[in-house]
Formats: sequence, structure tokens, C-alpha cells
Amino acid sequence: MRYALFLGCTIPVRGQNYELSARKVAEALGIEFVDVEGFGCCGFPVKSTDAEATTVLAARNIAQASRQGLEICTLCNACTAVLTHAAREMDGDEGLRGRVNAELGKVSLEYKPGVRIRHFSRILYEDFGPEKLSGKAKLDMSQLNFSIHYGCHYLRPKELYGGFDNAEDPKTVEKLVESTGAKVVGYKNRLECCGGAILGVEQEIALKMAKDKLDNVTANRVDALVTICPFCTIMYEDNQKKIEEMFGKVYNLPVLYLPQVLGLALGLDQRVLGFRLNKVKAKDLLQKLEDANPQETTGESAQAQEVRR
Amino acid sequence: MIYSKDLDPNFKYEVSAEMGGINIMRCFACGACTAGCPVREIDERYNPRRIIRMVLLGMRERVLKSDFIWLCSTCYTCYDRCPQDVRLTSIMTALKNIAVKEGHVHPSFREQARLVGTFGRLYEIEDFDNKKREKMGLPPIKKTFEDVKEILKGTRVGGMVE
Repeated sequence: MRYALFLGCTIPVRGQNYELSARKVAEALGIEFVDVEGFGCCGFPVKSTDAEATTVLAARNIAQASRQGLEICTLCNACTAVLTHAAREMDGDEGLRGRVNAELGKVSLEYKPGVRIRHFSRILYEDFGPEKLSGKAKLDMSQLNFSIHYGCHYLRPKELYGGFDNAEDPKTVEKLVESTGAKVVGYKNRLECCGGAILGVEQEIALKMAKDKLDNVTANRVDALVTICPFCTIMYEDNQKKIEEMFGKVYNLPVLYLPQVLGLALGLDQRVLGFRLNKVKAKDLLQKLEDANPQETTGESAQAQEVRR
Repeated sequence: MIYSKDLDPNFKYEVSAEMGGINIMRCFACGACTAGCPVREIDERYNPRRIIRMVLLGMRERVLKSDFIWLCSTCYTCYDRCPQDVRLTSIMTALKNIAVKEGHVHPSFREQARLVGTFGRLYEIEDFDNKKREKMGLPPIKKTFEDVKEILKGTRVGGMVE
């Protein structure tokens, strides 16, 4: 299994814990990631300015994967939807494809239909599946409770994704997390948007949207919120302190990327899974895991790590 | 008060000809979009059904110069739930694109376009970033993409590069 790993803009700069853990989990499962040097922005940030420019940018990336005969594995929800949507538009509209290829021709690239684009989490679900993952779990995670935030573009618009999950009642990420033995805790309005796309437009609205989510998730006792998109994590983790100050709340809710959770279950060291980079420290969760798995190690003990810090 | 002399009856055709705008005239104003909108839940200025009505009525200036068209979070909830397949998220993109053509660009999107147009990425990468990545055992990433500038030259994004 070889995939061109599409990182997008945010992950390699602000979400290295996502990148680190995804690479390690892939390695442990025998998935090969190929880094394509020319991969740049997917096009999402310029869609409001010029939707056709977005298609050109998306096509530029897809063309580079197709030149190497590779499928694309994305980590960011927005990249997933933008690349998939652009491919769909170009495949159904020869005029658009011609215009895009006229631009790409200037830099010796050509968009050709047929490159498969899937989110890492979808690849894990479809190509491995919860049963197989469960068979590989080394740690007992049964004492941990997680809530899941899917993020919008992993599921919607549903016409892009061939029904691999139910956009109104999704289950794939739940099942992946449950494959570790951990429990998944539902919560009110779990499909609500993080607000990330309008953070730069009206910070107050975006942060209120994120606040509602944090309120709903922490209404239950969970060890962490699990995400699969860097935008969502920026809203719930990077902005958590700001939201706490704005609204006079205390959440102290760790936000983990799905591969960090799966990596722990696979017995990978928390250090190689980038836990040091999580802004809301997951030390209680790591301690719980260590207490339940005295023979196994999740890296240095959470306590010792805290002392070192 | 809405005066018919201020309305532009062709606005709906203009929107429907823009990329993503094609289905605007299908709307029968049921409000499913608005009922499920997470932004509307927080701020009443953003009202999808109202925006569609304004476009269909021809309130061109009011819509294009508004602050509300920039508030769609592109969650696609309305897009999926609309019984008429109006594709509201794409219509909001079409409206923003027309507004940009008319010179009304929200500063946040102007800046995003400038960054992507200049560097081929949303963030400017410094040597420091790649050193940090190296320490983590991650491969370096390219700082700028000259070919992106080339292919965006004729677009509105290219026009925002200094």
C-alpha cells in the first residue's frame, strides 16, 4: 500500500503531532507514504476569492500524484473535500478541464482523471478495518473514554464520498477508536462545525461555535476529544485557553489526533506520537494508560515527564 | 423598505452563471438551510434563506457589499439537507467570487489569497521551520513554489500578489 501523503499547509507547520503520529501508525501497519516535493496548498483558502483558481491549485497537486501513479492520502478534512470536489468538477466538465489544463500546461503538468483521493482515517477504515486494527492492539485501553469530532469536510458534501459513512450519523471514526478497546462517548450536536473557516472573518462567532462544542463534550466525563483535521484542533485545542478566558470556563480537555490514539493502542511510544506538542497536556490519560498496562510502556512515565518539564 | 427601482432583476442570472451558482432558482424557501445552520445559531446576521431571497429579488448591491456573505463556515450541512439541491455552500462561494470581482474583498480572504499566491502555501516557511521539522525527524518542506505563481497569474488570486 503506497500513497502520496498530502499534508496541506497547516499540518507541517502547526500540526506536527498529527503528521508524526500518522507516519508512525502507517509504518506500523505497513503503509508506505511517499512525500511529493511539489505538493503545495490544496486551494481551499482561495475559494472565496476565486473558485476556479482553487480548481487549478487542486489539479496541480493531483497531477503530480498521477505522474507518479499514486493514490493520494490526505490528513486534513478541507484538503480532502477540495481535492475530491475539484476532481469531480473537472471529470464532469470538459470545458473546465481544458481551461485548467491550459494553465497547468505552462508548468508541464496535466490533470488526468482517475487519481483516488482519500482521508487517512477512511483508508484505515476501508483497507484495514476495526477488526484487523483490534487484532494489532497491544495495550489495554478499556479504561479510556473518548468523544469524537468528525469535522465537516470528512463527511460533507456527501456526494463526494460515495456513502462510505453516513453524513448524518457517522460511525467510521467511532469504530476505529473502539477497535482499541476504548469507549466512545456521544454528546449533543456532535456534527456541529468547529467554525475554523471563519476564524479570520469573525473571531467571536467562530470561538462561540467552538465553545458550544467544548461545553457539550465536557458535559460528560471524557479523557480527550479525538479529531481528524488540523483546523478543528486549532479551534478546540489552540484556542481552548482563549475560549476559557473569554467565557470564564475551565475545560482542560486534551484534544488528540486519531493516529495518536491508534498509535498508543499499537504500543507506540507517546514521544514518537508527538504528545509533547499537544497544548493541553494529556498526562492524566497517559497515566491512566500506564496504570492499566504496568508491563507495557507508553514512554517515560507521565509523571517523570512532567518533572523534566 | 425594498424599492423595485433599486432591484437588479438580472442578478439571479448573474449568480446562476457563476461557478457553483447554477441551482439558485430552484429555492422554494423552505428554510431547511437556515434551521440547520451552525453560524445562524450564533449570529442572526447570517441567514441563508434570507440571502437567497435577496438574490432572487435582485438586491445586488445590498448582498455584494454586505458583511454577511463572508460568514458561511462552509460546513455543507445546508448543501446536503436542501430538498431542492440548491447547493447553498457553492452559491455562497459564487456570491463571494462576484463580490471580489466588484472589489469587495474581506481582508481575511485577501490575505489568504496573497499568501497562497506568493508562497503556494497559507504559511510562509522559514529555515527555522524546517530545522524544527528536522529535529522531529520530519522531512523538509518546500518554501515557495514558483510554478504556483505562474499558473495563478491570470486569476484573481494572482492579482492579489504584491
